[in-house]
Amino acid sequence: MTLAQLTLHEASDKLRKREISSVELTEAVFQRIADTDDKIRAYLILARDAALERAKRADEKLKQGTDPAPLLGIPIALKDNFLTKGLRTTCASKILGDFMPPYDATTVEKVLAAGAVITGKTNLDEFAMGSSAENSAFFPTRNPWNLERIPGGSSGGAAAAVAADECIAALGTDTGGSIRQPAACCGIVGLKPTYGRVSRYGIIAFASSMDQVGPMTKDVRDSALLLEAIAGRDPGDSTSADLTVPRYSEMLTGEIKGLRLGIPKEYFVSGMQPEVEQAVRGAIGELEKHGAIIEEISLPHTEYAVAVYYIVATAEASSNLARYDGMRYGRRAAAKDLTETYMISRDEGFGAEVKRRIMLGTYALSAGYYDAYYLKAQRVRTLIKRDFDAAFQRCDVILTPTAPTTAFKLGEKTQDPL
Amino acid sequence: MKLTREEVQQVALLARLRLTPEEEVRLTEQLDSILGYMDKLNQIDTADVEPFSHAVNIENTLREDRVTNQPNADALLANAPDRDATFFKVPKIIE
Repeated sequence: MTLAQLTLHEASDKLRKREISSVELTEAVFQRIADTDDKIRAYLILARDAALERAKRADEKLKQGTDPAPLLGIPIALKDNFLTKGLRTTCASKILGDFMPPYDATTVEKVLAAGAVITGKTNLDEFAMGSSAENSAFFPTRNPWNLERIPGGSSGGAAAAVAADECIAALGTDTGGSIRQPAACCGIVGLKPTYGRVSRYGIIAFASSMDQVGPMTKDVRDSALLLEAIAGRDPGDSTSADLTVPRYSEMLTGEIKGLRLGIPKEYFVSGMQPEVEQAVRGAIGELEKHGAIIEEISLPHTEYAVAVYYIVATAEASSNLARYDGMRYGRRAAAKDLTETYMISRDEGFGAEVKRRIMLGTYALSAGYYDAYYLKAQRVRTLIKRDFDAAFQRCDVILTPTAPTTAFKLGEKTQDPL
Repeated sequence: MKLTREEVQQVALLARLRLTPEEEVRLTEQLDSILGYMDKLNQIDTADVEPFSHAVNIENTLREDRVTNQPNADALLANAPDRDATFFKVPKIIE
């Protein structure tokens, strides 16, 4: 047993009782990284010195003992699309070069203010585009449970780091599954909060109408604690909701009697791995035994969701990624004129998947195709939203498998552009 | 085919992406197949459906026009590929 195996709430309890120190905990995490990360490669950037410095300060505060925040002294990893002041941020892309953020993302500010210790920045699919972490411009991350398999993505590094005890907890981002799917692949808890719940200020934008920050943790209580720390209105993100943040951790009573669980029949389709279906059905049975009411529901527009997502996300990405022009930061190629400078810098800086999505998004937004693709997708998106609105009239929770299969092998799906 | 190589070249110019001839060919095929998949959306009649605009209803967010952040020109300019004192240096923009 190493201290690195502790959950956030276990470590927090031990720190408060002064059974362990944050320096010991942080050292244990970096020892674990030293022992395993040459195989898993969850991290792009490590921040050992700064982490130990913060751990020391956390220990001083813990000594004072005045009701410390649950995150005080806890080593947390960040997906490398969070801006971190003075700590290099790459978004797993070459186009950002040696980008050094001049400020912290709001969520980073919040966990630091709560006394967390940042271990480093974890790998991802470039610009969070992908579901295997193979699209990183630097190297793929491997699933700690089976090194031949992907950890999922795009927050693959964060999920692998949590699963391998290379951190106590992590923060990721989710646009179309980028927290939930890698969490499922690595057997951890991943939560995409409701849009508006958490500020995106200082998160490198991918598809702004869907991007959210969320916790990736070893258990549900840890996710509740981490979400409490990062949620809330932020003037820096006008889409963040001005709503009171509930004390999620106090709501984990274990009591689910009468909770109405909707099981959408469209999520149990052919092509689903039998073991996945078995596991989900098993979980449903378990919840029913504890008093939940199970109801089959229908989300009739499910089969159109991927097409809608792909158009909307690439359209927004093509716009968001227009800022990488090599003028104020990032990579700038030598060229004969301005247009060529843009074109060569972006060609050299972006990987194949990012280019493909920028191309598709630009096409979907271009004159003559806007109505047929972008507007059409947004109309169907309304229908998808209505499906969910109707379902939530009937149930409190919708329960689905996260992915139709367990983690696939590296290289297995790189040929399929969808 | 829904998409021609000339269209791919045009989109690449709009997106300010240089493509090699091989990339043009590959992207024409790949984007064409993706757009083919998108065609399934035309199975649905959406004539009377409003396009989605936001997941939650959001009012315009206004604030006082007041500087709240600290000026930090050095940190911002530190990332510049090229600079001249307190200016970003860029290629000639107007011929």
